[in-house]
Amino acid sequence: MLSPGRARIPQKTLRSDRWWLLPTVTVIVLLSFVVYATWRAFEGAYYYASPYLSPLYSPCLATSCVPGSTDLGTPIGSWYVLSPALLILVFPLGFRMTCYYYRKAYYRSFWGSPPGCAVAEPHKKYTGETRFPLILQNSHRWFFIAGLIFNCILTFDVIIAFRNPEGQWGHMGLGTLVLLISATLLWFYSLSCHACKHIVGGRLKHFSRHPVRYRLWTLVSRLNSSHSMFAWLSLFGVAFADFYVRCLAADWFTDIRFF
Amino acid sequence: MTYDATFRVWRGDDEEGEFADYTVPVNEGEVVLDIIHRIQATQQPDLAVRWNCKAGKCGSCSAEVNGKPRLLCMTRMSTFLDTETITVTPLRTFPIIKDLVTDVSFNYEKARKVPSFTPPPGLEPGDYRMQQIDVERSQEFRKCIECFLCQNTCHVLRDHEENKPKFSGPRFLMRIAELDMHPLDTLDRKKAAQDEHGLGYCNITKCCTEVCPEHIKITDNALIPLKERVIDEKYDPLLALGRVFRKDKAKKG
Ligand code: SF4
Ligand code: SF4
Ligand code: FES
Ligand code: FES
Repeated sequence: MLSPGRARIPQKTLRSDRWWLLPTVTVIVLLSFVVYATWRAFEGAYYYASPYLSPLYSPCLATSCVPGSTDLGTPIGSWYVLSPALLILVFPLGFRMTCYYYRKAYYRSFWGSPPGCAVAEPHKKYTGETRFPLILQNSHRWFFIAGLIFNCILTFDVIIAFRNPEGQWGHMGLGTLVLLISATLLWFYSLSCHACKHIVGGRLKHFSRHPVRYRLWTLVSRLNSSHSMFAWLSLFGVAFADFYVRCLAADWFTDIRFF
Repeated sequence: MTYDATFRVWRGDDEEGEFADYTVPVNEGEVVLDIIHRIQATQQPDLAVRWNCKAGKCGSCSAEVNGKPRLLCMTRMSTFLDTETITVTPLRTFPIIKDLVTDVSFNYEKARKVPSFTPPPGLEPGDYRMQQIDVERSQEFRKCIECFLCQNTCHVLRDHEENKPKFSGPRFLMRIAELDMHPLDTLDRKKAAQDEHGLGYCNITKCCTEVCPEHIKITDNALIPLKERVIDEKYDPLLALGRVFRKDKAKKG
């Protein structure tokens, strides 16, 4: 900041507003989620309460998965003994870690790069996303595609949640609604993604030659302007859905059945 | 409704400087630039400030008010409390000339490094034909008034003088995005964006967007799309493979 030639103003910032509030809240909320999700992922239990499967454990692919939770089969087999969540978490985690919005959020709040606009950052050197490891952020589009596959699986989980605990169709409980909201928010989060916007039409030079893709791009752009909101809401949605299933699985209370 | 406001204005040059306090009358409807002018007219005739249009359109009066990069002429006094001390400092990222005036030539040097609009050979000015929907997206970027507030705020430049040769800053990366999206531009600007203009330095933390007085969504609409375009060309193995195949086919056919 105090480079030769510049005005010699020693203060790191002269901002008088509460610029530190947002990064602080971000750290608290994200850390709480990470702590909760880590605990749940390693717990390896209480993730299935018929007919609901927690989104943190879906798809459950190991033979060790509790009975009823393996609708997509168990291709992993029986050698795997750790928590089945650990097999799949890398995908949603990678998706969020490389998300343009979350990048902004954690670069600012955790790394202080920058802590706020026109607030000096604490680092001496800065290379941004030009080198390893941060150059890997450029893989976001692949995680986006993986995310779409997960959304389909979680949507399937919502469909099979329209059963009663005995497995008969045509029923619905509060858990169904919780899973439905969580999956819907995830769809909004994915479809408002910047990589999505680029793939559907952003990369074009001539919109006029691709009317359908132009329409899609317009739609995704509209969603994209609320991407940060969907990022947070979908995070809460997943955490809450998991928590709800855990409560049922641990018999803390029973599901409210609608019909 | 007139009241006396307390102003702290940075005074100095490239050798030394300090804050000076002024008590100045403020009238209803005034902006910070009016008060700076009043200090100049009634107390400190040698106070240096650059300005031109007083309408938020020339981009000359960029400075920092209470630590926030702003246009002096568009910062209303009514947004402050009567009792507040208002601190006015020059842009921090560029060399200081005097008081509130900085030397922004860094930006003009960077501007010259972006090759200008390059239409297909043989197409004369006046013969350009484009659809509105093809140019709409980049029209937003043309609202830029070149105030360089974004350049001043971007931490890549502000906190790291050593990055100046490698990074052109949001304003000029946006210019590259504008041309890359232009339906009649024939240059491929993606590699240069990454290798010569330092797009990879941007960590999309959006401070440029936050301070832009024209409310251009620089990060969302220019920088991130440009990053995605660069990925197409440099970091996407599938698309690279596709290009190899297409070239092969073109050679055979
Ligand atoms: S988004 Fe990129 S260009 Fe804009 S201020 Fe942040 S780092 Fe700089
Ligand atoms: S993009 Fe906005 S902040 Fe940057 S120079 Fe143009 S008008 Fe100023
Ligand atoms: S940009 Fe956030 S998910 Fe892609
Ligand atoms: S004087 Fe022209 S923008 Fe402020």
